[in-house]
Amino acid sequence: MSGVRLSRISKRFGDVTVIDQVSLDIEAGEFVVFLGPSGCGKSTILRMIAGLETVDDGEIHIGERRVDHLKPGERGVAMVFQNYALYPHMTVRDNLAFGLKNVGTDKQVISKRIDEAAQSLEITALLDRRPGQLSGGQRQRVAIARAIVKEPALFLFDEPLSNLDAALRGRTRLELAQLHQRLGATMVFVTHDQVEAMTLADRIVVLNECKIEQIGSPMEIYRRPATQFVATFVGSPRINLLPVTVNAGTDDKAAIALPNGEQLLTAIPMAKLPEGESFTVGIRPEHARIAEDGVGEVTGTAEVVERLGERCLIYLDLGNGHKLTAEDRGGSTVKAGDTCTVKVKSSRAHLFDSTGKGWHAEGE
Amino acid sequence: MTDTLSVETASIPKVKRRKAVDWDGYLFIAPYLALFLLMIVTPLLIGVWLSFTKGDLFGVERFVGFENFARLAGDPIFREVVWNTLYFVVLTVPTLTILGLALALALNFQTRWAAVLRTIFFSSTVLSVTVVTLVWRLVFLPDGGLLGEISEALGQTPVAWLNDPQLAMPAIAITTIWWCLGLPMVLYLAALQQVPRELYEAAALDGAGRWRTLWSITLPAVRRTTMIVIVIEIILQFQLFGQPQLMTLGGPNNATRPIVLFIYETGWRQWELGYAAAAAQVLFAMIMVAAMAQYFVSSRKEEA
Ligand SMILES: Nc1ncnc2c1ncn2[C@@H]1O[C@H](COP(=O)(O)OP(=O)(O)O)[C@@H](O)[C@H]1O
Ligand SMILES: [Mg+2]
Repeated sequence: MSGVRLSRISKRFGDVTVIDQVSLDIEAGEFVVFLGPSGCGKSTILRMIAGLETVDDGEIHIGERRVDHLKPGERGVAMVFQNYALYPHMTVRDNLAFGLKNVGTDKQVISKRIDEAAQSLEITALLDRRPGQLSGGQRQRVAIARAIVKEPALFLFDEPLSNLDAALRGRTRLELAQLHQRLGATMVFVTHDQVEAMTLADRIVVLNECKIEQIGSPMEIYRRPATQFVATFVGSPRINLLPVTVNAGTDDKAAIALPNGEQLLTAIPMAKLPEGESFTVGIRPEHARIAEDGVGEVTGTAEVVERLGERCLIYLDLGNGHKLTAEDRGGSTVKAGDTCTVKVKSSRAHLFDSTGKGWHAEGE
Repeated sequence: MTDTLSVETASIPKVKRRKAVDWDGYLFIAPYLALFLLMIVTPLLIGVWLSFTKGDLFGVERFVGFENFARLAGDPIFREVVWNTLYFVVLTVPTLTILGLALALALNFQTRWAAVLRTIFFSSTVLSVTVVTLVWRLVFLPDGGLLGEISEALGQTPVAWLNDPQLAMPAIAITTIWWCLGLPMVLYLAALQQVPRELYEAAALDGAGRWRTLWSITLPAVRRTTMIVIVIEIILQFQLFGQPQLMTLGGPNNATRPIVLFIYETGWRQWELGYAAAAAQVLFAMIMVAAMAQYFVSSRKEEA
């Protein structure tokens, strides 16, 4: 078990810089998730750690060892691919044994490790089948087992759940979390799915356009998004964004004027905000609730009502060119076309300046 | 009336619909089927029938049963041409398969050089047998030929490849391999490009070296292609004809006379159509047996 250190690594494909001077420290035993939209370079970083892509600049250490010039097989890592990449003509058992045989592991050790891994992933009955005779979920378990038997210093996962159906994805997600607890191994996991990132990660690395936007625990990322991009990418339904003007409120906190002229007091310290900037306020839907008594700050027409059971999502048109997603209780009586008033919990609002940097209330 | 009709359609709609679909299908293959029956099946059957007769170009004289086949079995020349053909197949088919794979492995890159070399290696395939044999006769010519010049430069006596009973067939095999290598290479290239890149990446992470990867990933992945290449080449090379016809005329001393040349000469020089047809049936049977044997051996292996 060992940590990973990326020191200012870069990757270029031809003239295009795909990874630009990225640095990151991953502690031993940590579960780190790279989260970002498709094409932002998540896989490239993972493949550089694995040795499947060369590193144009910078250094990679796994534990104390510098690995960026070593062959993939010499780095002590195991990777689980999105399309499983099982060897199609080998049985499941041979798939698991292949990597161990190549490094000359003792036969008895191999069969012991295979039996253990197969048992823990419940694939013992499949050991003599070929990958072609397995379902997608079974293949994914085999792929995970193939990584486990190698007892690697580091596990790498490249969107391993995205080919599974929703139910199976949820289940496998749980099992991966348990696996991490049991093995205590260092794991790096790549996904574009924020739910996977939020549920699995000790720390999330949010990437956008070749750069790290924010590194933090799931709740940090959610509660204190470093940038407007992070705020919109993490959280479902999406955070509401409205242009506002900022002025000094009471208690040295910033007050904001919504597009409809309504004044709200935030919990964000006024002193730290840059001056002369135009700002955008970010309000998560759970902090914009339908006011049953009709007392609130924002009024709009319900366009769509989504009933999720325990709560409802109301998509409002504010009539001034802006939209807002608000929440209501599960038994909401709001129908499309109704006019609703929304009570905003402004102490939980975020501000983003024109560069996209986020400003938050102190504490937490 | 309407009642019965609706009951009928309700009870047997499936059968009716399937029949209609079947006939549509036949319509689609009808043009090919007609050509196939006319151009392939009919001559094949006529050939079989001819092999049981004695006759010449002007007509069949009489039905002779298995007499032609009995005569073939006792014909020392026919026995020799069968051996020649088998020898040639053994010389060419494995070599074509292995070299085709080796070339494909060497040229399976996205670089410009690889593309140029692929084109060069494939281009020999489009030449006609006349051109190919002309070129290679010049190579094998003892005085003034390429090999002759080389051995003279090395201070050796030039070898008369095409006049030596031991060397003539290997020379024809070399010519054939040069001519036919493009097809196996292209088939293997297509197969190699089908292998997912992730498999190689997984193998690299599993610490597999070059040979291990070739042996455990690449070769199993191109197994079906190998089967196809071998069957195609067996069928092609059993029908050896143009090269010896143009390079050696079957000589020296019948050493390069293959079955098809025997059939050709018996049929069109000696006008023994029935006898020639019988020899053709033997060749057909040999090709079938060889191709089928290859097919069964490799599909058995796949199951194991
Ligand atoms: N082999 C390659 N050649 C050229 N460009 C590549 C190559 N691999 C990836 N890229 C580019 O690098 C960027 C990041 O790719 P990738 O790391 O796969 O993104 P992600 O996994 O986040 O979806 C993309 O814009 C992609 O087009
Ligand atoms: Mg990717």
